[in-house]
Formats: sequence, structure tokens, C-alpha cells
Amino acid sequence: MGKRIIVIITLALFVFISLPLVLDFIPTQELSYVSQKYVKDGPEEVGAQNLVTAIIVTYRGFDTLGEVAVLFIATAGIGFILSREKWRKRKQRCSSSILQTGTRVLLPLIIMFGIYIFINGHLTPGGGFQGGVIIASGILVYILATPKNKLIDFLISLTESISGFGYVLLGVLGLILAAGFLDNSILPLGKFGRLFSAGAIPLIYSLIGLKVGSELVNILKYLRRD
Amino acid sequence: MELVILVVISLVMIAAAIMAIYSKNLISAIISAGVVSLLASIIYLLLAAPDVAMTEAAIGSGLTTVVFLYALNKMRKSGEDG
Repeated sequence: MGKRIIVIITLALFVFISLPLVLDFIPTQELSYVSQKYVKDGPEEVGAQNLVTAIIVTYRGFDTLGEVAVLFIATAGIGFILSREKWRKRKQRCSSSILQTGTRVLLPLIIMFGIYIFINGHLTPGGGFQGGVIIASGILVYILATPKNKLIDFLISLTESISGFGYVLLGVLGLILAAGFLDNSILPLGKFGRLFSAGAIPLIYSLIGLKVGSELVNILKYLRRD
Repeated sequence: MELVILVVISLVMIAAAIMAIYSKNLISAIISAGVVSLLASIIYLLLAAPDVAMTEAAIGSGLTTVVFLYALNKMRKSGEDG
């Protein structure tokens, strides 16, 4: 009973603390100084139609590199903890033919949609992270349908290493050829709103998408083995 | 009109969240947690944040649900052994 009272008191305190956030909320009428700069100069400097992508990949590119690194560390941690469990040889049940046939139809479509999302990250909403997650869910269906696939394990590790390396390499190239780390103007900016525009953003976002997708597939793979 | 939709979705979200906590069946609890994320992504879309909505829909209601289901599966297996 005492525990319950403490929980209720804590919840009441939380409500009390966050009440000013609701009561004193004034919707801003104009953009802040930094946002104004992004909206005004973003299309010219970066050339991306989707301003969110311009901010995530170029203006705040270093943060995105940190996010990818955090995801990598999380994957490594999960792998470290779960791989200490003993490998038990267990007969893998064969998946049903409904799942196998469905996978054959759905897998290309899901992967194509994921690639579409991260390649068009600078034009339409979405980008590397979203596209990567969609690809990961597609490969999850494949893993469910055909367990014990050595080839896909190898391909996933290869993709993860190459895309992570390429991402950092592009950042360093920006340092050498353009204004700074992860600057997108190492490639020509191109015509605003076209697929091949906004400099290196489509390239960087594709690498982020592959990296995020393969990391998430790795997490699911570690969880699957027992 | 939009406000009405937002309020209705929020109420359903709260109901799903309460169900996720108090449900005796763990699988239905996991599914209701996924429903909370899915409805949250609809709210993000209505509030003009499509990028966040896509992330929430893909990670929150897709991958997290799968990870929870895997964890539940693992838990049951270790329960059988010991």
C-alpha cells in the first residue's frame, strides 16, 4: 500500500512540475534566429528541397554521425550480451509455405520502397534512418522465412562495414575539398529539386540508410539465435 | 475538425497504453504498445511532421514490437528449461 501512495505522490509531482509547460505555453509567431537562417540560406547553400534533411545531414551532420555511432554501440552491446549464451543445436522448424511464398512477393517491394525513401531523402520526407528501418523489416521477413542463411549474415556484415567507412570517408573528403567535415558541396549542387542535386546528400543518406538497416538486422539476428 | 480527431486519437492512445500495462496476456500487451506508437505517428502526421511520423511508424510500431516478441519468446524458452 505504501508503495502505491509513493507512486501516486511521484506522479502528482510530475504533473505539478510540467504544469507550467502547458499553462504558460505561448505559440511562437515567428521563426527563431537560427531557423530563419536555415530557411533563408538553406536552399541556396545546400540545395535540398527537404529542409529537414539539409539540417540533419549537413548543418547538423556531426550529430547524425554521433547517432549512427550510438546505434552501432547499442548493437555491439546487444551482441556482446546475447552471444555469451550457449549455442544450442536445435532443429530449426521450417517456416510455412505461406510465409515463404509471401516473402518472395513482398521482399523486393519492401526493399525497393526502403531504397526509394533514402535516395529521395533530400526531396521528400524520410531519409536514411526511415529507409534503413524499412529495409531491416524486409530482411526480417526474409530471415523468418529462411532461417540459417550464412550468405545473408556475411552480406550484412560487409554492408555495415563498407557503409560506415564510406560515411566517415565522405565526411573527411568534405574536410579536404570543401568547407568542413561532412560538407555536401564536394559534388556539384545541381538543379534544385532534381534527384541528382544537393551535392553529396543523396550519397551520404544512402550510406546512412544501409548502415542503420544492417545494424538493426544485426540486433534482430542476435535476438533470434539461442 | 482536426482538433476533434487529435483528441479522439489521444484518448484511444491513453486507453491502449493502460491496456498495455494492465493486460494479463503479454502478447496483447505488446500489441497495444505497438498501437500506441502507430497512433502517435498519425498525430505527428497531422501536426505536419512527416519525417518524425515515418520514424515512429517504422521503429515504434514495427521493429520494437518484433524485438519485444523475440524477448517474450526467449523468456518462455528459458522458463521451460529451468
